[in-house]
Amino acid sequence: MKSSLTAVLALAFVVGCTKNENEIVVGEYGSLTGGMATFGVSTHKGIQLAFDEINDKGGIKSKKIKLITLDDQGKDTEVASVVTKLITQHKAVAILGEVASGLSKVAAPIAQQNKVPMITPSSTNPEVTKLGEYIFRVCFIDPFQGFVMAKFASENLKAKKAAIFRDVKNDYSVGLADVFAAEFKKMGGEIVIDTAYQQNDIDFKAQLTQIKSKTPDVIFVPGYYTEVGLIAKQAKELALTAPLLGGDGWDSPKLNEIGKDAINGNYFSNHYTTESTDPATIEFVTKFKAKYNEVPDGLAALGYDAARILAAAMERTTELTPSNIRDEIAKTKEFIGATGKITINEERNAVKSAVVVQVENENRKYVTTVSP
Amino acid sequence: MRSKIRAPLLALLIVNVLVMLLGFFTDAYVQLNILFIVVNVLMALSLNLVNGFTGQFSLGHAGFMAVGAYTAVFFVTKIYFAPGLLGLFLIGIYSIAGGLLAALAGYLVGLPSLRLRGDYLAIVTLGFGEIIRVVLLNMEFLGGPRGIAGIPPIPSIQIGSFEISSFYVAFFYASSWAVVCFFSLWRLCYSQYGLSFLGVREDEIAAEAMGVPTTKVKVRAFVLSSFFAGVAGSLMAHFTSYISPASFSFLLSVNAVIMVVLGGMGSLTGSILAAAIITVLPEALRPLQEITGVDLRMVIYALALVLIMIIRPTGLFGDREWPEIWRSWKTTRNLKKQTAAQKQSQSARSSS
Amino acid sequence: MQDLIQHLINGLGLGAIYALIALGYTMVYGVLQMINFAHSDVYMVGAFAAYYAARWFNLESMPGVVSFAILLLAAITGCALLGLLIERFAYRPLRNAPKLNILITAIGVSLLLEYSGQVIFGADPKVFPEVLNNTPLFEMAGVSFKLFDFLVIGVGLVAMAVLHFLIYHTKQGRAMRAVSVNPRVASILGVNVDRTIVFTFVLGSALAGVGSVLVGVKYPKIEPLMGMMIGLKAFVAAVLGGIGNIMGAVLGGLIMGLSEEMVVAYLSSTYRDAVAFGILILILIVRPSGLLGRNQTEKL
Repeated sequence: MKSSLTAVLALAFVVGCTKNENEIVVGEYGSLTGGMATFGVSTHKGIQLAFDEINDKGGIKSKKIKLITLDDQGKDTEVASVVTKLITQHKAVAILGEVASGLSKVAAPIAQQNKVPMITPSSTNPEVTKLGEYIFRVCFIDPFQGFVMAKFASENLKAKKAAIFRDVKNDYSVGLADVFAAEFKKMGGEIVIDTAYQQNDIDFKAQLTQIKSKTPDVIFVPGYYTEVGLIAKQAKELALTAPLLGGDGWDSPKLNEIGKDAINGNYFSNHYTTESTDPATIEFVTKFKAKYNEVPDGLAALGYDAARILAAAMERTTELTPSNIRDEIAKTKEFIGATGKITINEERNAVKSAVVVQVENENRKYVTTVSP
Repeated sequence: MRSKIRAPLLALLIVNVLVMLLGFFTDAYVQLNILFIVVNVLMALSLNLVNGFTGQFSLGHAGFMAVGAYTAVFFVTKIYFAPGLLGLFLIGIYSIAGGLLAALAGYLVGLPSLRLRGDYLAIVTLGFGEIIRVVLLNMEFLGGPRGIAGIPPIPSIQIGSFEISSFYVAFFYASSWAVVCFFSLWRLCYSQYGLSFLGVREDEIAAEAMGVPTTKVKVRAFVLSSFFAGVAGSLMAHFTSYISPASFSFLLSVNAVIMVVLGGMGSLTGSILAAAIITVLPEALRPLQEITGVDLRMVIYALALVLIMIIRPTGLFGDREWPEIWRSWKTTRNLKKQTAAQKQSQSARSSS
Repeated sequence: MQDLIQHLINGLGLGAIYALIALGYTMVYGVLQMINFAHSDVYMVGAFAAYYAARWFNLESMPGVVSFAILLLAAITGCALLGLLIERFAYRPLRNAPKLNILITAIGVSLLLEYSGQVIFGADPKVFPEVLNNTPLFEMAGVSFKLFDFLVIGVGLVAMAVLHFLIYHTKQGRAMRAVSVNPRVASILGVNVDRTIVFTFVLGSALAGVGSVLVGVKYPKIEPLMGMMIGLKAFVAAVLGGIGNIMGAVLGGLIMGLSEEMVVAYLSSTYRDAVAFGILILILIVRPSGLLGRNQTEKL
């Protein structure tokens, strides 16, 4: 009975997979609903913007790109199912996705097995691209940003004692925190306290009070803007004056809206500054504002770059097959993206320099550049 | 002895032959979802023992699955693994190990639950599930929040020059577990001993008065249910190739409960049907997202849940099994036919 | 010492928030013996009602007590209406169904609100309008005491007192207690059971509305899933204090807040949630009816 049922349902599955010759199908998977939706939606907006732009200019090899975005709700079983669907049913020639490294790790073996290139816009865990030669990324990896901030703390801010406040539910945050701790110690600093919160917490006063009692010079908070805004606010209420440091997860206009003036004066590593005179960055920000009527966050910028690197690679191929596209993505050099000049190295990671910026209301003031 | 294993073997054979035939004209996407159906069947069947037959209320099934999954994955990735037939054998051993550890966890959760019932038990099991998740988050050697990636899929098997692909081996393996689970639960629940589960569900005090050791019965239900939940967890780990604490959230437990209630509390065949529906429904609704642009699947899912509870609170099958429903349906159909025939002859007579 | 005082204030401030939400759970449970899982999402909707009201009236440009009152009113109205609808269309048809069905319906309503919220409000966090300043009131032992903590604790205590009065000293309260003991007998004695239950729901939801505004003012980040964890913890608080007991909810909330704070401060921050549930399990094993709950004997 079970099987007859599955047979019927299987038939229901296999519908609507006709291929249009004048289209290039690119698949995207991301959490459009569920606990991580805010990040998935941002990324999607960036990707959509890039492809709309390319299609308006006539597409690639006079073919339009058809972006198929499927929601994975941030669940790994859904990711497995969705990515398989994109590859086998929609015949996507390439896949873009996931913010969370864990979910990219579900998708990567599937893409690898089917020999379809996958570019993750913002999975920072080093393991992700090690899962196969078809897996790429356009963001920093954890060790790099952790190193950047450790170096900035000890050299520029002359910090001797650092506190770490990590999001224990988030692999990105834990990755950065671990590297920061190791590097900062190597540079002669001391980690006076290493404490944690969990994504979606709203009260951080207990940990902040404890941090305050250890009188650190800097506090490393490698989380997402969703929590960092509140953390900054509560730190200020507790008269905790040591500057907060963070990574590119901070990059969002929401950071100021939530943190108000409490977030000002703090530093984080990012791909660009708002003072940037780089035309690619400026162009991206204006276009994004025009289309969505909001300021883009870092995830949107990374989604935009991932999509454009993919498009550029497709343009360079002689024939649009997944393996050709893979080879061309691997050859990406000095690509001028919204998040800086991107070169894909042999480990299929993006090599680009990071800037450390200081928050000043909506502005991100340039402080220093760290090259890899 | 022979007659005892004939039915399970037959069921296994039929299911596998059907899926094999189906396999010729399906792609990897459908195949993956077939595997998920089997995992969910295991999950729903095992939970039905506690929630349906014994009338206890567990909201922590995901926690037991996590224990099973992490144990099996720990063995596979950190201890020893080999490809081919040996690999399948090892996966089997590791799944059992995962199941046993989950059963131990079930025993620990079952014990205090003896004093509690209804909503309180639900909350306590929910709490246990969350605690297991928090503990996993803090275990660095199990990857913490990063989870464990690169879990090997169920291997393909080479027999001479003929290769059985990974999917068929995986389905054979998973369906074997489902068959084992289904038949052991069926024979347990519909035996004389199984009446003690129902006794606890219907009236604990009366059952106690009749000499049913209610505490022991409850703990046994928890242990057995957790064992199969652990096995289901280990299967899921192999099918997704990655696990993290986030994979075993409260929502997974809720999903399991929903399957049990949708199928009917105390109906094993109902659980199988419900597991298939709950797995396929969100996937079948996907095209809708491509049309509307927003993902309304969960909204529809939640709405359907509420409506089912209001319109058909007993679930699809109630506490009856498929053969019984089939028979009663046939009887009513025959009755209808008879009455129709009678009416016809009556009207024929009156007109004449 | 300074740290300890600070921790105590933090814990009480947090606990008062748990208490406010726990009151809603406890009221509904007290009358209906059901866990209203959707309560935490009613609370979420309250926060969004206030958010949209603030944008509608442009309240952020004129901060002050009046604006705060308007926010409260918006949230209370929104929540009360939603509570009314949920009771009427989801729970009432199931009044005599088995407990598990009711619980699953509640979970269904909760999921429905959360995911509809993500579709309607958007998944990204919104910033709650800032209408009050968290002005420091006074300073003691190097610790500054701020307005919001007192506001939350004060509102929590007032709500408790009002509820207590309502339940034990008014006619409506007597009806609620009667329904809670035995709805059928209550209806024989002339209590309008449906109306009493609706009243309970509306009141509980209104409390969620109050809670949402206070949380919004204190932690100005709202999003469709904001109710999940806080709702769960508030429920734990209600059980801890003895579910169905008004004082118990407040006591439970404060204990939860304080113990979480102390766990983070002196044990381990990562086990914060585990400890919250650990306490619950311990209490339920040792004293299943909660701290202030009545011990119920098994009826034959």
